[in-house]
Amino acid sequence: MRNEFADELTRLADTDPRLVMLSGDIGNRLFDTFRARHPSRFFNCGVAEQNMMGVAAGMALSGLRPVAYTITPFVTTRCLEQIRVDVCYHEAPVIIVAVGAGLAYAALGPTHHACEDIAFLRSLPGMVVCCPGDAWEVRAALRAALQQDRPVYIRMGKKGEPIIHPGIPAAFAFGRAITMREGDEVCLISTGNILPEVLHAADELARHGHSVRVLSMHTVKPLDTLALADAFRTCRVVATAEEHSPIGGMGAAVAEWMADSGTPVPRGGFLRFHTGDAFFRQSGEQDFAREQLGLAGHQIAERVEVALHGKAAG
Amino acid sequence: MTVLTTSSRAPDEAALRTIAAKLRGRVIEMAHAAQAAHLASALSCCDILAAAYWYALRIDPKRPDDPLRDRFILSKGHAATALYAALAFRGFFDPAELDTYCRNGGRLAEHPPAHGLPGVEAATGSLGHGLPMGAGMALAARINSQAYRVFAVLSDGECNEGSVWEAAMFAAAQRLANLCVVVDYNKWQATARSNETLALAPLRDKWAAFGWNAHEIDGHDVGALAQSLAAIPACGEGRPVALIAHTVKGKGVSFMEDDNNWHYRAPTADEVRKAHEELGLA
Repeated sequence: MRNEFADELTRLADTDPRLVMLSGDIGNRLFDTFRARHPSRFFNCGVAEQNMMGVAAGMALSGLRPVAYTITPFVTTRCLEQIRVDVCYHEAPVIIVAVGAGLAYAALGPTHHACEDIAFLRSLPGMVVCCPGDAWEVRAALRAALQQDRPVYIRMGKKGEPIIHPGIPAAFAFGRAITMREGDEVCLISTGNILPEVLHAADELARHGHSVRVLSMHTVKPLDTLALADAFRTCRVVATAEEHSPIGGMGAAVAEWMADSGTPVPRGGFLRFHTGDAFFRQSGEQDFAREQLGLAGHQIAERVEVALHGKAAG
Repeated sequence: MTVLTTSSRAPDEAALRTIAAKLRGRVIEMAHAAQAAHLASALSCCDILAAAYWYALRIDPKRPDDPLRDRFILSKGHAATALYAALAFRGFFDPAELDTYCRNGGRLAEHPPAHGLPGVEAATGSLGHGLPMGAGMALAARINSQAYRVFAVLSDGECNEGSVWEAAMFAAAQRLANLCVVVDYNKWQATARSNETLALAPLRDKWAAFGWNAHEIDGHDVGALAQSLAAIPACGEGRPVALIAHTVKGKGVSFMEDDNNWHYRAPTADEVRKAHEELGLA
């Protein structure tokens, strides 16, 4: 996702003179083309994220469209007060872009994991929270962010994730989920970089004869409540999946919507796949972390299968 | 686009002193009416506000959103009464609205709000936010090829915040010559002497070491303040300017000066009367 982000940003800057890139001293060589094409609109803000976010807000209040970019914990929780006060309270159209969300930087340890950011950002008034599922969704999210006059948080994985969409998703809009697979027995709702695992789970369930719907719920705020209502009305099992804590993430947002709207748990159950309410303390790569936390595609499929059979037997 | 021009006249110091006294008198009334805190912090920066709003700033109260206006950020947002009085007397809104300070449903909260109040460039109150935002505005001027200056007034206690020093290094690295900080150095923070709380001194040297043109100035000398603020360039690259303004907390009222109880205390009606007499307003 990272390289496509840099490429899309450069293209957008070619035609939108408001776009300014602020980096928290990461992305060595990543922004070379941007810097070459737009030298007056690239700023390495150093390892000083509070200032970077305040600068971004000041620029946004002066008519510019700054993109503030660094590793997820540092562009979210490290400077959360600047996001809350400088960006959200002022309704400043800052685009916050995080790299390495969830377990993408599993190998770097818990300082670099980001499994609480959705909860923090989603609680801030006026903030759009978007977790693209692949590089094409990243491009679409960036384009959509520039179309509006409010703060947007875009939560990316790293580089080299599977490309899922064949191109820019048609009619991409914040708050409107993308239906990746049609189905009416199970609905798997994915947000962010776990989408390949969710699709793997869907394939496995389909091989076992189940009709599986897959939603890429790329926007956690605002939620696509129409898509949710249809899934909960139609499907026997509904499951959410994310590289995030069970507290405050997409699964939690869906549970809140269920409570607020009086939507009952589907007959086969409502499952939430998440990273748990704990730091992941083992060393290892993202795939290893997913396996340990039950987030691999085959593990998701197995739990859903149990839910389907468990309820069917009773 | 009309270019807003600053005064080419020398500052009329007597007139500026009269304005500062009126600001102080109104600030004291507001503190009394609302029984609100931070009076002494507001009194220490009234001369800075008078020099800025009645001499240095290129502003037009009738066009508070003019893209070419100078930006003035009261980063020490707890001194909001001084800002409200200055904006109202300068014509940004009806001075009668000052009576609504802290009232239910009004616009004049204890800290300056975002949106809705003409002339307030940034909502402040959480310390350490005004300078980074101001740096963003100052850099935006360069990107947008606009000529305006950005002024941020910080308290000395506010210089405890790490974000102030992050912004100081950033502004120096970007050579934001159109950015000016005024530190209202009244030697107190909320509950203690500022230099006994964290090691601020030598404050001028610190700003200089961070790459700023740093000067010490008498923060109650309206003439010197007016000329120093007016001299900030509206474009070009160079060192940003820090004015370390030596001030007295509670300035202008003998029984409030340098008495930190007035960080939180609100005056009685009798104290308002006495204060107005001292300020020559009675």
